[in-house]
Amino acid sequence: MTDSVHRGEHLTGAEGVLITPADLAGGGVRGDDPDLRGKFGVFGGRYVPEALIPALDEVAAEYEKAKTDLGFIREFDHLLRTYAGRPTTLTEVPRFAERAGGARILLKREDLTHTGAHKINNVLGQALLTKRLGKTRVIAETGAGQHGVATATAAALLGLECVIYMGAVDCERQALNVARMKLLGATVVPVTNGSQTLKDAINEAFRDWVTNVDHTHYLFGTVAGPHPFPEIVRDFARIIGVEARRQVLELIGRLPDAVAAAVGGGSNAIGIFHAFLDDEGVQLHGYEAGGRGAEPGEHALTLTQGTIGVLHGSRTYVLQDEEGQTIESHSISAGLDYPGVGPEHAWLKDSGRAVYHGVTDAEAMEAFSLLARTEGIIPAIESSHALAGALKLGRELGPDAVILVNLSGRGDKDMGTAMKYFNL
Amino acid sequence: MTTLQTVFEKARAENRSALVGYLPAGFPSKDGAVAAATAMVEAGCDVIEIGLPYSDPLMDGPTIQDAVHRSLTNGTRIGDVMRTVEGVAKSGAATLVMTYWNPVDRYGAERFARELASAGGTGTITPDLTPEESEPWLAASKEAGIDTVFLVAPSSPDARISRVVSCCTGFVYAASLMGVTGARESVGAAAEGVVKRTRSHTSLPVCVGLGVGNGRQAAEVAAYADGVIVGSAFIRRLLDAPDEKTGLAAVRELADELARGVRR
Repeated sequence: MTDSVHRGEHLTGAEGVLITPADLAGGGVRGDDPDLRGKFGVFGGRYVPEALIPALDEVAAEYEKAKTDLGFIREFDHLLRTYAGRPTTLTEVPRFAERAGGARILLKREDLTHTGAHKINNVLGQALLTKRLGKTRVIAETGAGQHGVATATAAALLGLECVIYMGAVDCERQALNVARMKLLGATVVPVTNGSQTLKDAINEAFRDWVTNVDHTHYLFGTVAGPHPFPEIVRDFARIIGVEARRQVLELIGRLPDAVAAAVGGGSNAIGIFHAFLDDEGVQLHGYEAGGRGAEPGEHALTLTQGTIGVLHGSRTYVLQDEEGQTIESHSISAGLDYPGVGPEHAWLKDSGRAVYHGVTDAEAMEAFSLLARTEGIIPAIESSHALAGALKLGRELGPDAVILVNLSGRGDKDMGTAMKYFNL
Repeated sequence: MTTLQTVFEKARAENRSALVGYLPAGFPSKDGAVAAATAMVEAGCDVIEIGLPYSDPLMDGPTIQDAVHRSLTNGTRIGDVMRTVEGVAKSGAATLVMTYWNPVDRYGAERFARELASAGGTGTITPDLTPEESEPWLAASKEAGIDTVFLVAPSSPDARISRVVSCCTGFVYAASLMGVTGARESVGAAAEGVVKRTRSHTSLPVCVGLGVGNGRQAAEVAAYADGVIVGSAFIRRLLDAPDEKTGLAAVRELADELARGVRR
């Protein structure tokens, strides 16, 4: 962590994506990598049926090899550039920022990637890893449908069989994405048990995996779950921050004062935070879904109101009652509607390196509409939580501040919700 | 309190395998679970596992998910689980709790172990607790004097089996197949192999679970395992019954069939 060479800074293209020359020289281990048990401090680890341990070991071992294999790194980089549309641009939004106390706001435009959200970065990396593992089938969970669509896309591209588990409630909320996945050749399985949302889709995907693990890779969609998923998904998403850091330096000649991102499971936030971890002067702010209010069941404030526990294979902050039963979350955005969070965020929270806040449904929808009207960009409702956070943050930090926001996805998928919310 | 050691010694003396039955606490009702488990013991179950209902049972198939969901909807809490154990232990069976880790973690490992011991429980089975994360639970269980049962699977390499059995007391739970809980047409062909491999790492009894649902399968597994574990098939009988009384009779009938199976 004391290394003054910023990760990725001295490399362009392929080699900067996953790892730096310094990392390679050190055998591929970075100071902030989880330890051998997959722990970030007390968080992370593996709480899964023993039957899955060999598969997790296999994925971890293959990834260790892949991440220092320049052939793999170049293949990943090639797909990111020629298929996903990287690097994504940085857009300054002055008319939007008028409501932020005069602070400058810069958007990292992950909404402009192929499939319209940051999820494409992780799925391309893991789909390539699936091929390396010699597996022919991928399964995935999805909430809003973005990770499902991205997975179905990568599976179509690389010729993998694809099955997506999606809560029945979410299938209804995001019917358009269900159709997209089907068109891409995936099988979509509606999950009708429990709360019928993302957490139950994850349970069902794990059940499939333990049954079909010999030929199936679980293409996990966020930086949660058992080791090594939090590390792998982070590494495949960290290109967001690597690019953004360079772009901000080019644009304003210095680093931003703060970086803002929405946090559900936490992949887009880790993706943009990670390149800034060593930059002590850069504040990191994560925005969780405050939903309809502070009552249990009305929000997804995992880091800000949850307690430490185990969910989906990992020790982290969880929304749970005093006997460890998961409390169902709520958010107007399906992608943030999750009662757990990635263990690295739990660690960043407890260490104080990142700060987490809640943004209500109403605040997010206001920012959603404001960005559309002032800048001609319709953001995902997930990303709108970060935008709402940036407006507040700007007023706190003052007119000289520069805030980098991860615009993690586009809002086309949210038009149904917007039509209802705004009576359009 | 009947210990697991007593159970397996007795079964060995009778030249048979032990029969282990599973039911979640609070299903079909709080009292109904005690009644059903007691009937299972009267008809020949040596060991009862009481499931602690959890909101996210990712190792369980649809039958147990359904029962657990009903139990949670009925308001089953950890106190009810302890009372169920207390009631069932009176029947003379060795009584364990099968639980996912988070409820124990949240409740407090020491408190949970202490309360389980004083309810007459003989130990726990923890399907998602890996040896790497087991230290707090092993310490608490040792302090309370209860057994710790962990799982091995057909996919487990020998080094893993060795690691898992070093955490086990009482017996080792061998999953018969790669998959979730639930009765199946046939018990996995991999089951015998995993039992054999496990035996080369431990002298503890090895019991086989997942997929066993009738007397023929029980006999088949009893030929190579020290114990036969049946869960979903009992629950299925209770789910399909029009009322608790009919369900109880069906459960008793199945336990009787399985008990004859392990004696074949």
